[in-house]
Amino acid sequence: MTEPRLIEISPVTRVEGHGKVTIHLDRDNRVAEARLHIVEFRGFERFIRGRLLWEVPVIVQRLCGICPVSHHLAAAKAMDQIMGVDVLPPTAEKMRRLMHYGQVMQSHVLHFFHLSAPDLLFGFGAPAERRNIFEVIRQNPELGRRAVLMRQFGQEIIEATAGKKIHGTGAIPGGINRNLPIATRDRLLARVGEMEAWAMDALALARTYTLDHADLIRDFASFPSSHLSIVRKEDGALDLYHGAMRAIDATGAAIFDGLDYRDYHKVLVEDVRSWSYMKFPFIADLGPDDGWYRVGPLSRMNTASFIDTPLAGAAHRELRAVTGGAPNNATLTTHWARMIEVVHCVEKIAELLHDPDLQGTDLVAKGDRRAEGIGVIEAPRGNLIHHYRVDENDQVTFCNLIVSTTHNNEGMNRAVKDVAVRYLSGQDRITEGMLNHVEVAIRAYDPCLSCATHALGQMPLQVELFDATGALIDRAQRGA
Amino acid sequence: MTAGGVLLIGYGNPGRGDDGLGPALARRIEARALPGVTVEIDYQVTVDHALLIAGFGTVVFADAAVDAAGPFYFRKLDGGVLPDLGSHSVTPEAALALAGLLFGAAPQGFVLGLGGASFGAMAEGLSPTAADNLDRAEGFLLGWLCDRSLVGADGRLPA
Repeated sequence: MTEPRLIEISPVTRVEGHGKVTIHLDRDNRVAEARLHIVEFRGFERFIRGRLLWEVPVIVQRLCGICPVSHHLAAAKAMDQIMGVDVLPPTAEKMRRLMHYGQVMQSHVLHFFHLSAPDLLFGFGAPAERRNIFEVIRQNPELGRRAVLMRQFGQEIIEATAGKKIHGTGAIPGGINRNLPIATRDRLLARVGEMEAWAMDALALARTYTLDHADLIRDFASFPSSHLSIVRKEDGALDLYHGAMRAIDATGAAIFDGLDYRDYHKVLVEDVRSWSYMKFPFIADLGPDDGWYRVGPLSRMNTASFIDTPLAGAAHRELRAVTGGAPNNATLTTHWARMIEVVHCVEKIAELLHDPDLQGTDLVAKGDRRAEGIGVIEAPRGNLIHHYRVDENDQVTFCNLIVSTTHNNEGMNRAVKDVAVRYLSGQDRITEGMLNHVEVAIRAYDPCLSCATHALGQMPLQVELFDATGALIDRAQRGA
Repeated sequence: MTAGGVLLIGYGNPGRGDDGLGPALARRIEARALPGVTVEIDYQVTVDHALLIAGFGTVVFADAAVDAAGPFYFRKLDGGVLPDLGSHSVTPEAALALAGLLFGAAPQGFVLGLGGASFGAMAEGLSPTAADNLDRAEGFLLGWLCDRSLVGADGRLPA
């Protein structure tokens, strides 16, 4: 029998954010507790107070350099409400949707090819010096090249719709400030066929991996949970930009459905725990123990009744068939789900580029001013809520954000615990490969901790090992 | 791939105090419209920068630094290192390496680290120390860019 130990992984590589994982071992080397800690504090909600409502959709992009478009659009949707606008002109809504699909596509592509591919292709326990994108590219340079070019395509769409890649100004309260010129449309259309073909190849890769590793995926960070997203209000289809809130339990039964997202605060509560600055949201009626849920691509596959584009729709049906139509709770299936969404986004982009509404000139709607606005979208990593109150001087007096990584806080902690118990318990020696298993579970959620916690600079996530007396006895520290 | 010209990538988040040093420097250089110098401003360096930098002979990455001993530092990047990638951002070394692996480019890379003092809060604007360091770094970079003994007509440093 050895002394109880605690492991701390520091930082978790290929994850954005500043946090750490601590793993407590008991005297028999079994995992007693494993937690994902967030060590930075929230500051943005205070920072935004006093800002003019017109500035908000631009300023919020500083929350996160990874998904600024998601914050831009969620804030703009909230400000639409404050401007009294419930229905945008078709050109405005379609331009925003085009922007959003471009963003989701490029974000998912980066994650799959550059961050997860090393784990999937070489194995979670492969030597660290081999388990990186450079090795992937050496073996398959075309894969890496496509990822960069697909990402560039997404960025080009963002630039065309938002005005620029960062700090875009496209979405404004009540609408959009530009349409899509014909020349830009044609330039994008010329490439969309190639993007679709590449997206389908990526989907095949993710699907094959998932099905070929069914045993691993069934057991790896797989646990029942509820799932939450917005879906299209009319028919429950996948809708990344707008819809009604739907939450289902682990069996697929509805917890709530068709909920106006402006009532999110009536069904969700944000819990605080002493060991993390990141909140733990839960469904109020179910309480903190049973009310936690997951969001993101896999959750969206579970909540959506169907996908309304042909290629992604077929892929969605195939994914759902794996579990006989029941919710899929296997964390690693998220990679397959993510690639289905890439295909969906490319199909939607193609559909929109053929829509003459994108060249319309009715860009902004007006309504009766309100004091409060709530905007919700499905960001690449999951549901994103922006909630503001504005005074008579157009200044923000209240802001509450629930970002995807915060929604997934409990789910990520469960995943860490599940993997730690499965792969670390009873081991005499903790290897780098074992620790990477923990990181793989976290990476599947693609957490953006800078967004959730508003940290800055390089934000390493650490994993440390402590004994039962609280003494740090091991630490996995990688280059940040 | 044969490429010329100098690319300056100034990156960081202007909404996080001195983290905005890189973009601030880039905006100043951009305003001067120097011939042969292209300026890119971003939150961070990402994999898609590999495609952009593949079109240049020399790339300067300007970023705020928490570890600068003085107002700024300037160093040449070692092209032989293949660092791991972060989840959503990459190091300048990684971007250069990707440009080589994916697009056959071999630009020379430099890092200009600008010393910052205030990174802890969501705030716009630079601290007085950072503002002073920005002035000094700008002066250095302008001299470096304009020194034809350093930068040849093709934008590359002489061997």
